[in-house]
Amino acid sequence: MVLSASLLYGLCGAALIGLGLYGFVVHRRLIRRVLAFNVIGSGIFLLFGAAAYRDPVAGSDPVPQAMIITGIVVALSATALALALIVAHARLARSDALPEDDRSGDPDEGRP
Amino acid sequence: MTASALALALILTAPLFGALAAMLMGRRGPAIALATIIATAAGTLILLVIIATEGAVHLAIGGWEAPLGIQLRADGLAGGFIATTALVMGAILAVAAKPFAGGKTERRSAYTFWPLALLLWGALNAIFLSGDLFNLYVGLELLTLVAVALVGIEGKRETLAAALRYMMFALMGSLLYLLGAALLYAAHGTLDIALLAERVGSAPGDIVAAAAITGGLAAKTALFPFHAWLPPAHSGAPAPASAMLSGLVPKASFYILLRFWFEAAPDLAGSGVLMLLGGLGAFAMVYGSLLALHQDRLKLIIAYSTVAQLGYLFFIFPLAGGESAAQPWAAGAWSGAIFHALSHAMAKASMFLCAGLIIEAIGHDRLPGMKGIVRALPMTVFAFALAAITLMGLPPSGGFTAKYLMMTASFAAGQPFWALMLILAGLLAAAYLYRPLALAFALPDEDAPAPKAVSRARQFAPLALALAAILLGILSAAPFAFIQIGRPGAAVEGLE
Repeated sequence: MVLSASLLYGLCGAALIGLGLYGFVVHRRLIRRVLAFNVIGSGIFLLFGAAAYRDPVAGSDPVPQAMIITGIVVALSATALALALIVAHARLARSDALPEDDRSGDPDEGRP
Repeated sequence: MTASALALALILTAPLFGALAAMLMGRRGPAIALATIIATAAGTLILLVIIATEGAVHLAIGGWEAPLGIQLRADGLAGGFIATTALVMGAILAVAAKPFAGGKTERRSAYTFWPLALLLWGALNAIFLSGDLFNLYVGLELLTLVAVALVGIEGKRETLAAALRYMMFALMGSLLYLLGAALLYAAHGTLDIALLAERVGSAPGDIVAAAAITGGLAAKTALFPFHAWLPPAHSGAPAPASAMLSGLVPKASFYILLRFWFEAAPDLAGSGVLMLLGGLGAFAMVYGSLLALHQDRLKLIIAYSTVAQLGYLFFIFPLAGGESAAQPWAAGAWSGAIFHALSHAMAKASMFLCAGLIIEAIGHDRLPGMKGIVRALPMTVFAFALAAITLMGLPPSGGFTAKYLMMTASFAAGQPFWALMLILAGLLAAAYLYRPLALAFALPDEDAPAPKAVSRARQFAPLALALAAILLGILSAAPFAFIQIGRPGAAVEGLE
């Protein structure tokens, strides 16, 4: 069986979603979790884009592309707000993790 | 431009323009909010009259029909939620006018509150009017980001941590929802709810998509076990913000769940899924109530009570979804849950506003400090007691009508477990609300500092909301008929 382009992209998207989920669950430091959020988001967008290209004759469906662009804008603003909150919290709490996660023996090495 | 298009445009754009104006003219926040309330209320009234006389309204923006264009839809359900939101927001903004007034000294919270509050209103209205899963996504994201910002508005360490915790749950929730929407689009080529209803169920991936959407929305509705973020976030925000966050924001994600399971994908709902949702709701109800009993701060009690009350919204799924949908009791169960959502919005917002006024009077919200507060704030305590009656589900409140409808449905459906849980919920609510009320009526300590005075005009706003929640029970026939308008497959049964 030949690996078609859309299948390859779809599989890449699924792999990114898995990687991102792992990162989101494992990491305690908030910036890494926001990064993981963005990795999952990219995976979903890739999957969505790959799903748009189903019919080789008609070409790809433009509606998912419009939705992906909207989704990227939404993810960008969410990331910006999350980062601003993390910075404000880190200034006051001297920590880049939530209070319940902030303990020694953190799997992430080092401090910022 | 027809009257319905005008009404929809007013409801959608007035809060958004208000938010922009409040951002540009930071010190005029209260005046801009007043103008927004008038414009949105006018649009809401026109819309309610149109829905009541002519039925559900459809608008294809720019004349583009689905699946390419964006559809706005307003049926009885949407009208009910929009009207309740307008009422609740009006009262909240009236109370907020003083603490967040733009004074001579610049304060960050006074500057940011008004744009955020009006944006929140705009996002809620956008969600209630959307007929398309992707628009619902955009509305939900706008709502979540604004809500997170409102939690952290005071910039203290604890509230920023609460906002971040909320944000982590919400980010995961929105990604799950988006994944579900992408899978549905890949299978069916549309996200329009009406078109999806004809197509969903044929593709093998549909159940995965439905699970992702449901999981994402449950995280945003703080359904057990995703409730951990809610109490610190809702109790940490300033009272008017808490009132919006607790009364209105979780209702939006619940509303999307309703639209999804009852309109877009009614055939997918197997009894296992429905029982799971109802069961998680029951867990949330017991767990939230027990924790509410343990708190010794007023705002935390109210916040844990939200976890409990949101829980039994989910009883709608086993009682009115799936195979039950075609049964005669489905209309009662469905309307009961909607009544509960609407009366809880009013009562919970009223309670948080009361808590805010009590904090203004005594400076904190620890329970012992509330002793004898009824002497200083009689109207506020009265409003708190009326709201408590609705939350306990005592007659003649809207909460009673809701419980009565759901209980009769659960006996008719042969699932008396849900009725038992509803009775238990009422008893637990009475228990955790008794403590603050008993203290409020107790004799004050002799050495207690005298509470500061709060103006009667501001005490009136939470009272009006609590009265509205009671009126929803006394005059329940008209709203009952109204929310049935445009309900798919409605076999309207009366209040028998």
